[in-house]
Amino acid sequence: MSIEWYLVVSALVFCIGLGGILTRRNPLVILLCLELMLNAGNLALVAFSRAHGNQQGQIFALIVMVVAACEVAVGLGLIVAIYRRRLPIDVDELRELQG
Amino acid sequence: MTTFSLLILLAPLVGCIVIALTFRVLPSKLHGYMGTLAIAVAFAASIGAFLNLQDRPREERQVVVEVWNLASTAGVDAQLSLLLDPLSIFMALVVSGVSMLIHLYSVSYMGGDRGYTRFFAYLNFFVFSMLLLVLAANFFLLIVGWAFVGAASYLLISFWYRRRTATAAGIKAFVINVVGDVGLVLGTYFIFKHVGTLDFLRGFARVDQVFTRNEGDLVAGCLLILVGAFAKSAQVPLHTWLPDAMEGPTPVSALIHAATMVTAGVYLTARMWPLFEQAPAAADVGAIGGCLTLLIAATIGLVVTDLKRVIAYSTMSQIGYMIMATCSAGYLGGLFHLMTHAFFKALLFMAAGSVIAAMAGEQNLDRMGGFRRAMPFTFACMVIGGLALSGIPPFSGFFSKDEILALLVARDDWHIVLAVAGYVGAFLTAVYTWRMIFRAFYGEAVEPARELEGGHLYHAPTHTNPATGEEEDTDVGFPGPEHHIAEREGSMKAAMSVLAVLAVIGGVVQIPNVTNWLHDFLEPTFAGSRYYETLEPSNSVIYGGFTLGAALGLAGIALAYRLWVVQPERPAAIRARLAGVHSFFVHKWYFDELIDTLIVRPVAWCGRFGRNVFERVVVNGVFVGGTSGAVRAGSAAVRAAQSGFLRYYAALLALGVTALGLYFLLAAS
Repeated sequence: MSIEWYLVVSALVFCIGLGGILTRRNPLVILLCLELMLNAGNLALVAFSRAHGNQQGQIFALIVMVVAACEVAVGLGLIVAIYRRRLPIDVDELRELQG
Repeated sequence: MTTFSLLILLAPLVGCIVIALTFRVLPSKLHGYMGTLAIAVAFAASIGAFLNLQDRPREERQVVVEVWNLASTAGVDAQLSLLLDPLSIFMALVVSGVSMLIHLYSVSYMGGDRGYTRFFAYLNFFVFSMLLLVLAANFFLLIVGWAFVGAASYLLISFWYRRRTATAAGIKAFVINVVGDVGLVLGTYFIFKHVGTLDFLRGFARVDQVFTRNEGDLVAGCLLILVGAFAKSAQVPLHTWLPDAMEGPTPVSALIHAATMVTAGVYLTARMWPLFEQAPAAADVGAIGGCLTLLIAATIGLVVTDLKRVIAYSTMSQIGYMIMATCSAGYLGGLFHLMTHAFFKALLFMAAGSVIAAMAGEQNLDRMGGFRRAMPFTFACMVIGGLALSGIPPFSGFFSKDEILALLVARDDWHIVLAVAGYVGAFLTAVYTWRMIFRAFYGEAVEPARELEGGHLYHAPTHTNPATGEEEDTDVGFPGPEHHIAEREGSMKAAMSVLAVLAVIGGVVQIPNVTNWLHDFLEPTFAGSRYYETLEPSNSVIYGGFTLGAALGLAGIALAYRLWVVQPERPAAIRARLAGVHSFFVHKWYFDELIDTLIVRPVAWCGRFGRNVFERVVVNGVFVGGTSGAVRAGSAAVRAAQSGFLRYYAALLALGVTALGLYFLLAAS
């Protein structure tokens, strides 16, 4: 299979993730969508890695996974903290950090 | 010599610092003795330096001690070096000696004041500054000392800092002294530009080579130096601060504003003799200024009713004599009078302080009288000081004043006019001095005097400012509740006794045809002077001057006795007849008003104009307002973007990244 198919799938998943982030208000869903976007990136990286025939893209993908794990840990921690303080689980309501 | 010179300077400095740092730790009474001890050490070191100097051969009696080379760069040699020659040792002896006695006097006199410790810290700082001034071996250190004494004077005049009049007087003194400082610095520049060194001895050695006689730059430099000397020594027209400086405590008036600091101008003109001898035009200006001051101050002294201000005008007048002498090449007379004046004027101030204490702070002569029997010791001191000041033989002032006038006559040119003015001044001196003494000590005894005769020291029911009559309390920043008179305080008595003895016998150092000690001692400093050796009054001038001086002094006393003791109603009649002249003198020749109109008001107007136009409109409106307005508008725009909507940020991010990607795609194709 040529690389274009992988990239098309990757772009589709990325756009679905982006669309989810822009339209949904639940932080949990936003995190999930973020994960979709990261994995779309991973897919592209791995596809490029195969096309070029070396391992650099795969190593990048592994690093992205590590970052994604950290990001999920922080994000979920934030959500738990929001829940514990009985704040609304809605990013549009959480807008105290405005200028 | 290094040890002695450093000890002279460091003792008062260490005294000041230690007193200031231990003010909470040690009992305040101790600080008075610590201050006195520090000055005593400086005095002992001065004597040591004096003896050391006398041991040297004549031509080696100008010792420069280089303490530290601060900066020698770009042709400027700013060194911390001290010059020990007969002139500086002479000044150091007078300054530290008189200061020591005044410290001793203050130990009791200031006893009731809440600022006792502060007083001695300031006083020690003053003595340090003054000694630095007289020991400086170059213009650089001289200017440092010059500014330090100005600051010390300000601190001590405003010592009672909650008294409005005192702080105003302190500011006035400081501002006028700064005018003098500027003059001195600019004058130094004129000299330095040509001789190329700040050092006195090296610079003076080159004066005759680089300057022709009366060369423009030299005259300008000398005139500017004279501005400094006139401001510090309270000479017309920069004199108006000195009478106001009497707002300070009496020991301050005695020490700074009579005996030592105000004579710095005399020292300066004597120290700069090579410059002034090469610029006779500037010297003449100085001599005439001194002469005017001595007459103007004497006439004001005749009418002033404030006890301390009478002595202050007398100080101005006597310093006029000294400046007149040193600017007319009569260095010996000027310095001799400086010494004797320090003795008898400090004594007069101390006696006046005792009287003021007996009056519970009142200084008005109109309310005094009859203290003769109540305060015999103070009266005796006042009489001795008065006789010395009026130039009655054989008191010290007689010889020193006569030395000045004889040297003026010996110049054998137009300086004779100054000598005549000096004799007129001598007569006026006797009149105003004895007017003060007769009014305070003769006549009907006032209530405080009667109470004192009954063994009780008078205390005023309310404490008031003697200048304005405003009510004051006796807290910090005001005079203390207690008063101390010489009759009851050992240390005051001791200090006054020593000064009284010196005021009597001080003239012995230079009696024409008998002793020549001061002349011989100072000679190394003035080696090479055109006049110092050659200006020798003839015997007829000397003895004629003696007779005339004594006669004028006695006549003045007799007139004062007639006017204020025999016919006490006469002065009022004379005052009524000469109302115009009297009011002219009472208003101090309108100098304050003149300076106010010519300088203070225009400067204040410029200041208001600057504030209203330049400061408010240009600086505040355009510069400050413009900058802050631009920043504020920019930040408002940025702030509007920070809505707090997470999804909005995400959209912007996505848009940005897309735009960037598109840009690269377009750029690549």
